Amino acid sequence: MASSKDDLERLLKREYVAGFITDIEADTVPPGLDESVIRLISAKKEEPAFLLEWRLAAYRHWLTLREPRWAKVAYPPIDYQAISYYSAPKSRADAPQSLDEVDPKLLETYEKLGIPLHERARLAGVAVDAVFDSVSVATTFKEKLREAGVIFCSFSEAVREHPELVRQYLGSVVPHTDNFYAALNAAVFTDGSFVYVPPGVRCPMELSTYFRINAANTGQFERTLIIADAGSHVSYLEGCTAPMRDENQLHAAVVELVALEDATIKYSTVQNWYPGDEQGRGGIYNFVTKRGDCRGDRSKITWTQVETGSAITWKYPSCILRGAGSVGEFYSVATTNNHQQADTGTKMIHIGPNTRSTIVSKGISARHGQQTYRGLVKVLPSADGARNHTQCDSLLMGDRCGAHTVPYIEVKNPSAQVEHEATTSRIGEDQLFYCRQRGISAEDAVNMIVNGFCKDVFQVLPMEFAVEAQKLLSVSLEGAVG
Amino acid sequence: MLQIDDLQVSVEDRPILKGLSLKVNAGEIHAIMGPNGSGKSTLAAVLAGREGYVHTGGAVHYRGQDLLALAPEARAREGVFLGFQYPVEIPGVNNVYLLKASLNAQRRHRGEPELDAFEFLRLVREQMTFMGIPEEFLRRSVNEGFSGGEKKRNEILQMLILQPRLAILDEIDSGLDIDALKVVSRGIEALRSPDRAMILVTHYQRLLDYVTPDFVHVLAGGRIVRSGGKELARELEAEGYGAVVAGAGA
Ligand SMILES: Nc1ncnc2c1ncn2[C@@H]1O[C@H](COP(=O)(O)OP(=O)(O)OP(=O)(O)O)[C@@H](O)[C@H]1O
Ligand SMILES: [Mg+2]
Repeated sequence: MASSKDDLERLLKREYVAGFITDIEADTVPPGLDESVIRLISAKKEEPAFLLEWRLAAYRHWLTLREPRWAKVAYPPIDYQAISYYSAPKSRADAPQSLDEVDPKLLETYEKLGIPLHERARLAGVAVDAVFDSVSVATTFKEKLREAGVIFCSFSEAVREHPELVRQYLGSVVPHTDNFYAALNAAVFTDGSFVYVPPGVRCPMELSTYFRINAANTGQFERTLIIADAGSHVSYLEGCTAPMRDENQLHAAVVELVALEDATIKYSTVQNWYPGDEQGRGGIYNFVTKRGDCRGDRSKITWTQVETGSAITWKYPSCILRGAGSVGEFYSVATTNNHQQADTGTKMIHIGPNTRSTIVSKGISARHGQQTYRGLVKVLPSADGARNHTQCDSLLMGDRCGAHTVPYIEVKNPSAQVEHEATTSRIGEDQLFYCRQRGISAEDAVNMIVNGFCKDVFQVLPMEFAVEAQKLLSVSLEGAVG
Repeated sequence: MLQIDDLQVSVEDRPILKGLSLKVNAGEIHAIMGPNGSGKSTLAAVLAGREGYVHTGGAVHYRGQDLLALAPEARAREGVFLGFQYPVEIPGVNNVYLLKASLNAQRRHRGEPELDAFEFLRLVREQMTFMGIPEEFLRRSVNEGFSGGEKKRNEILQMLILQPRLAILDEIDSGLDIDALKVVSRGIEALRSPDRAMILVTHYQRLLDYVTPDFVHVLAGGRIVRSGGKELARELEAEGYGAVVAGAGA
């Protein structure tokens, strides 16, 4: 939590720090969606026939679906014909082979976001697959990963280089029929990340992707697929920011994780999409389907998320605990400030015997922020000895915000143990005064108290992410009290 | 150091302090005693700048400044320290982290360089030993799960590290066992100096056996109704507030 002076400066800056637009030539398809657009996307990406067929099936299914309305969020109808479904930086034609070939403007963008590819990658030992709009532009540390046998590349590249893996696993966790946004994503997704860790391999570094929506009126529909083969181990970091714009932008991603026998996947997200301004204008609609399948015995999937951004968040990273003794974990910090709305939580589906799940959710609402924790713990008859522990805490700042907890618990096996604890507290005047009486400013005191509230989650984040998450939280709750 | 003139303060439209005057010079230790509900904690809170107290009259000057015009953190940085009657728990915030942030905020205010983690830890360890606080408290959250006595020791630890000019200790002695009382008193005595002052709010003579006050005041009905030397505390202990308060017509 130690902040140098510079960090403090940055932390206290009022405006959204990632709110700049990169002026770069883009190859953008006109707005609208029909089969021809899907064929065009598939053709531009030189995809095999099976993928085009899959996209078209998803599209046809999507046409029969309605947007879900059960979440506790409110927004005007989205015009899906007004969105452009493909945008790629022009330089795509001669794709960069190394960082030196990457458009310097892009690198500048990452620089501003605080991800200097060179330094960050080298110093932190993090390989960064940076997705800019729809196309991956730079992948570092590929060599080192290749030595270990780890495949870490853009989704498009995986389709070209490893079609058999893509074909085997794509849609096996989140089928193209899963839900409205997942179907839309399956039809029009343009890129994303792909990871395959072979049996017994411990991925030698944290894998990290920074997504960034840049072009105006562009929806981002990335798709991530991570497969941890038997006995392997991988930690994946996803960071998100987007420029400040008055209109709303749609982000409908899909993430599928597959953990085979004894494999472990740790998936951490720091989401800082533009939340809209103080009046609630603009901001990202973040409608994301994330699901992990603990397919093998004793496999483990951990979702950790810090959600500070987006105008609307609709997101339930889930675990299907199929393998015997498999473990699912969900650690979440979500903040809603100003007019942000978040309906988020997780689903833990216990299928295998002796499966265990842990849910720790920390929600912070300030000003008009509205937040709902929606969680499902389902224990099927086959899940003898299943155990779940859920801890769900809400912190309120001010009296116009709201926190709602909606736990669904379905237990079909009498040997299961399911515990749910929930607390709601208001940021204590007493705590605030105590800190201020010791000479700490109201702003810093709030940060300190909020960080303390979130500690259980921050301590499971990878180190460098934890520091970033704390800074984000400060920026996000800027001016919320005092 | 501190000059309180005819101070009047209301809480939720109810007058609590009704014309309180008190003068505290550098180098002095004042004890304030008085019946439950007479306004002692209110006075401490008002001096520290807690919200919810409406200032309806009178004035408070601290080292020549209008104290009531300053934000709580500004008062703290100017050297006003409140030892709380009921120190609050802050889950997840490390006890020592808070103290370091606090010390460095005050040092910045005074234009002094911040202490780095190493120097700070040395300082804290030294004072913890002095206060008989075990090493493991370095890792605990602020007051979380501390016993009543441990919380009070922790307040004194903070005071010793922050070295305030004016310390107001609200019932620092309540809930302490005999040994803890001695340790806490030793902490208070350690801070006594010609350029500091202290106000001790207490109900009992026993603290004053270890920390000898220069003045003792009786607060009743929102006013100082009697002042005297250290012998006044003994008199109160022997006779109770009844006589004194009745005499003052509160
Ligand atoms: N926030 C508040 N709301 C309502 N009444 C209050 C509040 N704070 C103080 N009071 C009232 O003001 C009066 C003085 O309270 P205060 O806590 O200052 O007394 P005290 O002298 O410290 O008593 P004790 O010896 O019991 O600690 C009491 O009657 C109390 O009920
Ligand atoms: Mg009191």
